[in-house]
Amino acid sequence: MATMNMIQAINSAMVTMMTRDPQVVVFGEDVGYFGGVFRATDGLQKKFGKHRCFDTPIAEGGIVGAAIGMGAYGMRPVVEIQFADYIYPAFDQLTSEAARIRYRSAGDFSVPMVVRTPYGGGIFGGQTHSQSPEGLFTHVVGLKVVIPSTPYDAKGLLISSIEDDDPVIFLEPKRLYTGPFDGRHDVAVKPWSAHPAAEVPEDYYRVPLGQASIVRPGEDVTILAYGTMVHVALAAAAESGVDAEVIDLRSLIPLDVETIMTSVHKTGRCIVVHEATKTSGFGAELAALVQRECFYQLEAPVERVTGWDIPYPHAFEWQYFPGPARVAAAMRQAMEA
Amino acid sequence: MLHSPRLDRQAVALRPARNAPLTLRIPEPVARPGEPVNFSKLRLSAPGAVRRPALDAEPRSIHDLAYELIRVLDDEGRAVGPWVPEISSATLLSGLRTMMLTRVFDERMYRAQRQGKCSFYVRSTGEEAVSAAQAAALDAADMLFGSYRSQGLLIARGYPIVKMMGQVYSNLLDPLLGRQMPVMYSSREHNYFTVSGNLGTQFIQAVGWAMGSALSGDTRIAASWIGDGTTAEGDFHYALTFASVYRAPVILNVVNNQWAISSFQGIAGGDEAPFAARAVGYGLPALRVDGNDFLAVYAATKWAAQRARSNHGATMIELFTYRAEAHSTSDDPSRYRPADEGSKWPLGDPIARLKQHLIVRGEWSEEKHAALQEEVTQEVRNIQREAEAQGVHGNNQTPSPRTMFEGVFKEPDPRLLKQRQEAGF
Repeated sequence: MATMNMIQAINSAMVTMMTRDPQVVVFGEDVGYFGGVFRATDGLQKKFGKHRCFDTPIAEGGIVGAAIGMGAYGMRPVVEIQFADYIYPAFDQLTSEAARIRYRSAGDFSVPMVVRTPYGGGIFGGQTHSQSPEGLFTHVVGLKVVIPSTPYDAKGLLISSIEDDDPVIFLEPKRLYTGPFDGRHDVAVKPWSAHPAAEVPEDYYRVPLGQASIVRPGEDVTILAYGTMVHVALAAAAESGVDAEVIDLRSLIPLDVETIMTSVHKTGRCIVVHEATKTSGFGAELAALVQRECFYQLEAPVERVTGWDIPYPHAFEWQYFPGPARVAAAMRQAMEA
Repeated sequence: MLHSPRLDRQAVALRPARNAPLTLRIPEPVARPGEPVNFSKLRLSAPGAVRRPALDAEPRSIHDLAYELIRVLDDEGRAVGPWVPEISSATLLSGLRTMMLTRVFDERMYRAQRQGKCSFYVRSTGEEAVSAAQAAALDAADMLFGSYRSQGLLIARGYPIVKMMGQVYSNLLDPLLGRQMPVMYSSREHNYFTVSGNLGTQFIQAVGWAMGSALSGDTRIAASWIGDGTTAEGDFHYALTFASVYRAPVILNVVNNQWAISSFQGIAGGDEAPFAARAVGYGLPALRVDGNDFLAVYAATKWAAQRARSNHGATMIELFTYRAEAHSTSDDPSRYRPADEGSKWPLGDPIARLKQHLIVRGEWSEEKHAALQEEVTQEVRNIQREAEAQGVHGNNQTPSPRTMFEGVFKEPDPRLLKQRQEAGF
């Protein structure tokens, strides 16, 4: 065991897999000699050589297109898109190619590939360094979408993603890289070292895809969250005094429907929270699922607490960010219904 | 005239700059329907006139080749000049058969579409030498990332035509289980990558595959094909950049057949410089080749393949040819180009030219050719009967609809089990 922040845990996952499997290669913008703008690939090139970890041209479509070809060859590329906001030039390669190659070739070819990319706000990144595009990818059949919320999960989920034989979009909540930020921007964030999930095995382990985690058991209302919003939901539960059950989905595709249903059957109330904009966000899918599967147990309408339907505004970071006050208000409202 | 007089540089310069109204050029082909065919603007070199550089030549030392046209066969069918390949008569005869088989197959499938037996088809008529000669020049283990007009590659590699027809008909023989529209073949066994309908995506994927091969210390190379129109896609730029940066063992082919559906090659920028010349800016060697000359295509591809195998990196090849038929079964070319343009293409027909060469070589005759034509026609007809016995599109002889819910992911997807039950399969 070692104490790691999320960056170190992600780095450790890549070190573990590059050591175990010579087919694992890492590439992306600035990931080689320099070790990545967020330091996630720090030391990989030095340790494994530049044929295992290397820099690429600034061409997200090229990075993903090359990774698809490499995956089809038989390697397991783990590529970094420097910010999720930069992923759109690769959208064609992801949605029409990576996601479809197994199906369209009737299993002749497949693309084991992980696209790692930091997402989300809270760092004053404005609209080009703060987006949460998970809903664009959950809508594409053939892609898996994974989002960790702790260092322990980040390593275990990334290992599972690298070992998966299908393409995985691995979204890293960049605001959680160095500490469990809970949306209270006016208080100092504690470092990960004070958090139990910062205890991370240095060796190989997996956190399976498709298994949600109940991070706070409760009786009154179910909160569905992932990434940074898991910590926001925990803060909101403490603030509101409502006995909330907070579920960290960990992967959106595949989705742990059973854990969600079991919880809402118990609590009779459900709030979905995400940083992404509201309309057509993944919360809409979750809300539809819950109303269909838990309709007769529901005591209150399924509520969504999300980013507003505007581009992420630089000067209004905390007015946009769905912080604990908004989530707590939604909890109280659900209890009054 | 390609340029309007208003755009002539001198005329613009003579006007007072401040007051000159700006103009925009919208490129137009030399001739539209009803106008006389005019190929006087084509950049053609004489057969045998273009030099053949050493395999390890620096790209910057061979820029001229991007503007010339490598030709081996002269008008009499003789092989001339430094690019005459070492090629056996058996390989040439096999290539001739591939081209003839491809043309007959295309005609049968085109007619099948007109008879309502398949939803769509794409012929490669007039361009058969591209696939046949390039497949002959590459190793069977090399990975091919073809386009929707690369059917000749599969035929050259001996992929069963009955399976191709099964795919086109989406019938019980379809290896792709009715999931893809016609001609989007896939065969791992034949090292033929699954064809995409999205243009150009395979170009950078081929580079990635080649990078994987090189990273693994393998000896196999990759090759990919796109059309002149697709050179405008971002994937073209990605592919050339990555191929150049990492010196990937890949051959990047641009089949310039002059037309992208109804848009002539000038709409993709081909009037300003040959497509091959684009490689110059990336520091890649570029060969511009007569795509209807089997020997020239074979020789250029061998050169590029040997270069890649010797770790000298990627080559771009522009295959200069003419799309003799429609883009697909969904367009009528007489609506946008002169009807007799194809028959007047100055570089002729690839099958007729190889036939003539083989006759000059003393290996072939009109009689043998007629007999082979009859043989391949009969062969395709027989295969077609066999294929149609297993269904044609729309007659419900398909794999079970149950299968459409399978194989999105490697592992079964619980959502899809539910949806399959809901659909009643």
